[in-house]
Amino acid sequence: MSSPMSYVAIMAIVTYLIRVLPLTLVRKPIKNIYIRSFLYYVPYVTLSVMTIPAILQATQSVYAGALALVVGCVLAWRGESLFKVSVSCCIVVFILELFI
Amino acid sequence: MSEFRRGMKDGIPVGMGYFAVAFTLGIMAKNIGLTPIQGFITSALINASAGEYACFMMIASNGTFWQMVMMTIVSNARYFLMSFSLSQKLDEKLSTAHRMLIGFDVTDELFGLAINQKGKVNPYFMYGAYCVAIPGWALGTALGIVAGNALPVRIVSALSVALYGMFLAVIIPAAKKDKVVAILVIISFLLSYLCKDLPFSDGTKTIILTVVIAGIAAIVAPRKDLDDE
Repeated sequence: MSSPMSYVAIMAIVTYLIRVLPLTLVRKPIKNIYIRSFLYYVPYVTLSVMTIPAILQATQSVYAGALALVVGCVLAWRGESLFKVSVSCCIVVFILELFI
Repeated sequence: MSEFRRGMKDGIPVGMGYFAVAFTLGIMAKNIGLTPIQGFITSALINASAGEYACFMMIASNGTFWQMVMMTIVSNARYFLMSFSLSQKLDEKLSTAHRMLIGFDVTDELFGLAINQKGKVNPYFMYGAYCVAIPGWALGTALGIVAGNALPVRIVSALSVALYGMFLAVIIPAAKKDKVVAILVIISFLLSYLCKDLPFSDGTKTIILTVVIAGIAAIVAPRKDLDDE
């Protein structure tokens, strides 16, 4: 595909269908336990796969990315807010890269 | 209209959070060559952090039509579950038109707002929240593309991990609560790292690993406790 906006159009249409079809067509919950379990696990696996190795490759220094990963995991484990975890990762990278 | 205004008020923290996260998404959009207007349109139409990130990844790696469709389904599949759940929170008599509007912006955070409501959700409450959340998201993306150009490399490098921090804030608490999810997160981290040098695009790798890992998990550890999902 040539234009970046054709990708955006595909995602916009498919995403809208994903969101709107259950709301409009299906009024009863999914019964099949395997499909439900699969859908339940999907977001966590996807987000994990997208975090590593990408977080190590996003920063100027690989060590900064690695430390951000550790700090992010610790703060998230302690139940800090999404916003705080996210900002803390940024600060860690900023400070560490001042010295590297 | 009071429901609408109540929705706007509840939507303010969501909109602020969105603005910050979308800003970093904008930096990513800048890196693959999107203009601020293209970024604004993308975020106004899609409203999905992981999804849009995946979309940018696909643009960068020049994916095919079907890869893009698959990637969208995989990265946004959770909204399908949320919409299912949300359908039970709507009045049975609520018109299809209202349902189609509500369906435009089912996200983790806005779904959370809806589920927090007592009894049935008033559609105007949702529209109020959308009116704050969507502009925050779209403007944040556009500004990220504009300011991303002016910011020093050091700052861009720091902001580029914000999105991953957000991902961690979603997966780690879930892993803490649920042993199966914890094991899945560790397996996903390891396999994804081991696969990093394989000759697949990031998009394809994400799809394959997600379907395989979540698929096996569903068979090995099916969940009987999803009623309150």
